[in-house]
Amino acid sequence: MDRVKLFIPLIIFVVLAAMLYWGLGRDPNAMPSALISRPVPAFQLPELGQLKDADDTTLVVTSQSELLDETIFLGQVSLLNVWATWCISCRVEHPYLLDIAETGVRIIGLNYKDEVEAAQQWLAKYGDPYEQTISDTTGGLGLDLGVFGAPETYLIDHLGVIHYKHVGVVDDRVWRTTLQPKYQQLRNTLPEAAK
Amino acid sequence: MIVEPQRNSSVCFLRGRFVSFRKATLLLLLSVLCLPVWGLIEVDRLSSPALSERYQYLVAEYRCPKCQNQNLAESNSPISIDLRTEIRRLLEEGASDAQISDYLVARYGEFVLYRPKVQSSTYLLWLAPAVLLLLGLLIVVFIVRRQKRGVSSAQTGLSGVEQAELQALLGTAEKQKDKVVNPNEAESK
Repeated sequence: MDRVKLFIPLIIFVVLAAMLYWGLGRDPNAMPSALISRPVPAFQLPELGQLKDADDTTLVVTSQSELLDETIFLGQVSLLNVWATWCISCRVEHPYLLDIAETGVRIIGLNYKDEVEAAQQWLAKYGDPYEQTISDTTGGLGLDLGVFGAPETYLIDHLGVIHYKHVGVVDDRVWRTTLQPKYQQLRNTLPEAAK
Repeated sequence: MIVEPQRNSSVCFLRGRFVSFRKATLLLLLSVLCLPVWGLIEVDRLSSPALSERYQYLVAEYRCPKCQNQNLAESNSPISIDLRTEIRRLLEEGASDAQISDYLVARYGEFVLYRPKVQSSTYLLWLAPAVLLLLGLLIVVFIVRRQKRGVSSAQTGLSGVEQAELQALLGTAEKQKDKVVNPNEAESK
């Protein structure tokens, strides 16, 4: 019994070391979305219009009048990418989003707390990876989604249910290791007609 | 005779330190007084003092989702400003504290609560301090009781003569200790 007691400090040390080591590998910023397995919150927001020409400085708002709502997510698996022109990381991930969009992935943009004109210019200048862009100038939808900073990317299934949220830049590594496998899994469960 | 001035000087030294220490404490307290100023931000925009008071309380209750180690009152990140606006709006609409809490948790998760709800996932968090305290008390009680038992059974393994010798040695040692402590007294004797 006394011999066993001698090992108690060692055991405590090993347990503590293991816990601390486990803690080292955890990302303190990783915060799972509260909306996982919940439908996209209801919203009614205008679509971000497009500039007719990148060099056109008259800022023609073509389709600001068209209101989008949560039904745009129905029928297809989509990514919902939260971005803004004031967000530096969004500029970093933008070329990669263009690449993903080119492979046929449906991306919906959520222009979050931004100026419409600046956002339109941005898309005209750097390219538009979004099938549609929701213009959320006041951040109301962002708030309902639990957005706390751009960029954020949500994976949404064909029923409009949120399956995953990635906070931060989507790059090649993030796409291949986390988002794409989940995206593919959702695609595979789709009924044939919806593909 | 030699001891007296030494003692005085040490007191003076201490007194000098004490004064500066008091000044430092005063400064520290004054700087702490500045902290409640954040509480005044945006309060004037609420319609009644009662709402302001609840607002003050609530913004200190929730954690900023972005900056993580600040509450909504302390943080000036855009999301905290938005959430403060949202809390003000909900307060003006007559929402209860529980409704506001549910509203925030539905969007940002349990993460924003500085005081997590007591539920199956947080039992460990809530009960661990009490369990650890109990465990500590049990260990202390266990050790103390074992020591008492050890003394009472007095299994020192000494014979009667040895025991007497030990007492004699302890006695002389204590007398010598007295001498060391009060050399003047011993001399006078």
